[in-house]
Amino acid sequence: MKKISSKIYIFLVFLFLYAPIFVLIANSFNASKSRTVWTGFTLDWYVKLFNNEVILKSLLNTLIVAAIASVVSTILGTAAAIGIYKMKKIFRSLIINITYIPIMNSEMVTGVSLMLLFVALHIDLGYFTLLCAHITFCVPYVILNVLPKLRQMNRSLYDAALDLGCNPWQAFRHVVIPEIMPGIVTGFLMSLTYSIDDFTISYFTHGSTSQTLPITIYSMTRRKVSPEVNALSAIIFVVVLVILLIMNLSDIRRSKPRKKVKKGGTAE
Amino acid sequence: MDKNKIIELKDITMNYEGEPVLRGINLDIHDKEFVTLLGPSGCGKTTTLRIVGGFLTPDSGDVLFGGKRVNDVPPYKRPVNTVFQKYALFPHLNVYENVAFGLRLKKTPETEVARRVGEMLELVDLKGFDKRSVNQLSGGQQQRIAIARALINNPKVLLLDEPLGALDLKLRKEMQIELKKIQQRMEITFIYVTHDQEEALTMSDTVVVMKDGTIQQIGTPQDIYNEPRNAFVADFIGESNILPGIMHKDYLVEFAGNNFECVDKGFSPMEPVDVVIRPEDIQLVPASDEVLNGVVENVQFKGVHYEIIVRAYSDTWVIHSTRAPEVGSIVGITLTPEDIHIMKKSDVKKVNYFKSESEAEASDIEQQI
Repeated sequence: MKKISSKIYIFLVFLFLYAPIFVLIANSFNASKSRTVWTGFTLDWYVKLFNNEVILKSLLNTLIVAAIASVVSTILGTAAAIGIYKMKKIFRSLIINITYIPIMNSEMVTGVSLMLLFVALHIDLGYFTLLCAHITFCVPYVILNVLPKLRQMNRSLYDAALDLGCNPWQAFRHVVIPEIMPGIVTGFLMSLTYSIDDFTISYFTHGSTSQTLPITIYSMTRRKVSPEVNALSAIIFVVVLVILLIMNLSDIRRSKPRKKVKKGGTAE
Repeated sequence: MDKNKIIELKDITMNYEGEPVLRGINLDIHDKEFVTLLGPSGCGKTTTLRIVGGFLTPDSGDVLFGGKRVNDVPPYKRPVNTVFQKYALFPHLNVYENVAFGLRLKKTPETEVARRVGEMLELVDLKGFDKRSVNQLSGGQQQRIAIARALINNPKVLLLDEPLGALDLKLRKEMQIELKKIQQRMEITFIYVTHDQEEALTMSDTVVVMKDGTIQQIGTPQDIYNEPRNAFVADFIGESNILPGIMHKDYLVEFAGNNFECVDKGFSPMEPVDVVIRPEDIQLVPASDEVLNGVVENVQFKGVHYEIIVRAYSDTWVIHSTRAPEVGSIVGITLTPEDIHIMKKSDVKKVNYFKSESEAEASDIEQQI
């Protein structure tokens, strides 16, 4: 009895989570513009989507900004994490708390304040400001992912590298970087997704030529929800799903040999 | 002997956050010598090793390699290699790549890398482990890889920082023998840091006993054990009875309410001294008026001998004997003059020479300096 009720419960949870998305996907194939009547299957909306210059342009904007912002913030964030790690205790906790602020802070406040800053500095809103804003909110995610990896690292590893003939730069490249790589990758992926996803901050900091996809979708739905948006959303959902699957599968594959080690590796 | 001095430390001092860690270390290390820095946690032995390795720069004093000052030479330019306390193998590289690490940096041709890595793995008895992940190895195996990784660079001096600390007793004993063998086969200098006095006595040519950032005594294991310079060394190396005494004149000392003949001289008349007596040097005889008498308080079987605690006069004596008297019985204690070691009074209290957890922690802290 218990088992059945728990299964029903899980089913309901997933239903609430995914029903809207399936409705959306179904609608993207609906020949009618209405969201309530099914008048037949069509791929028209997808065709229209790929002929819609505004959408394609903003998709390109989003991808370019996300790529540059996540690469730059990964480099900046990793360097910052190393700097913080080497700091004295008091400064370290101070700086760590400061890096939390952009994450905890309301996006609205971050967006408005960035816009005011750019205006005060007489920088025209556009690609550059958008990029700066994205880097600003991505850096903390990289820092907070890399820092724990540095803390987990055996302190002697760096010494050992120097001892074996590495200069500090080589020790960093050959030993420290591989050790903290998982943190760097996670930080990079988080930056990438947050940057692609961001609406609020982009809304305040973009210029007329640098609309990102979320902003374009938002302005399209302001008039009425165009079925093209359904098609676009469906594509985004599928892409994210595929990426998630690939990541999970590679995780499983990576963790499998480790388990074998634990079984047979401890005996001397 | 002086000709082949390979490393010299001259008046090294070192402070950490205002606390002196080393107060004037003078030490010569010779070619092909097995030197052990021995002392309790916080005595500065790891700090000394890290100064030799180049990871720390002393506040004052000079480090000389072959007569040349190397204070400011970074670790990667020194002809020494280190085996770290927790091995510090690179987890992202397999066994082969870990050992090859130093050679790769020197851009050694691949065929030579393969040959030398093979030799090293054979030396440490881990042939065929090339492709294994280092996380797959046991503590003892990781230790050997750490040694191979250091030795492949042909260092003139190998520094070892409590390398056997994480191993169990049996493995530790095996590795002690193996390390000594490797040192003799490679014909290089080893500087070895440990707080385990038995380890120091087993392997070393020279033992350097340290305490509170100063060197207490330098000597062969036999010297250190048989002729400890002060009560601290006597107590730290092996077990000792340390009794308060008064030197009446040359060759005559008073302690435990009696006058004893001894072999020491050169103290001022009536100088208070520490009298050090090894538990195994004490003879138990039937109680009589001729000898010092005491009550047996406790008897423990220790395998080779019994450890007997005797209360005599106002002192507690530890005595090792192959025969066990009954607890509560009265026994006599006799000593020959050679068994009585007189030391200048020091403020050293009993030292705990058994390893404790706080010991390991303290040496961690020392390592982080």
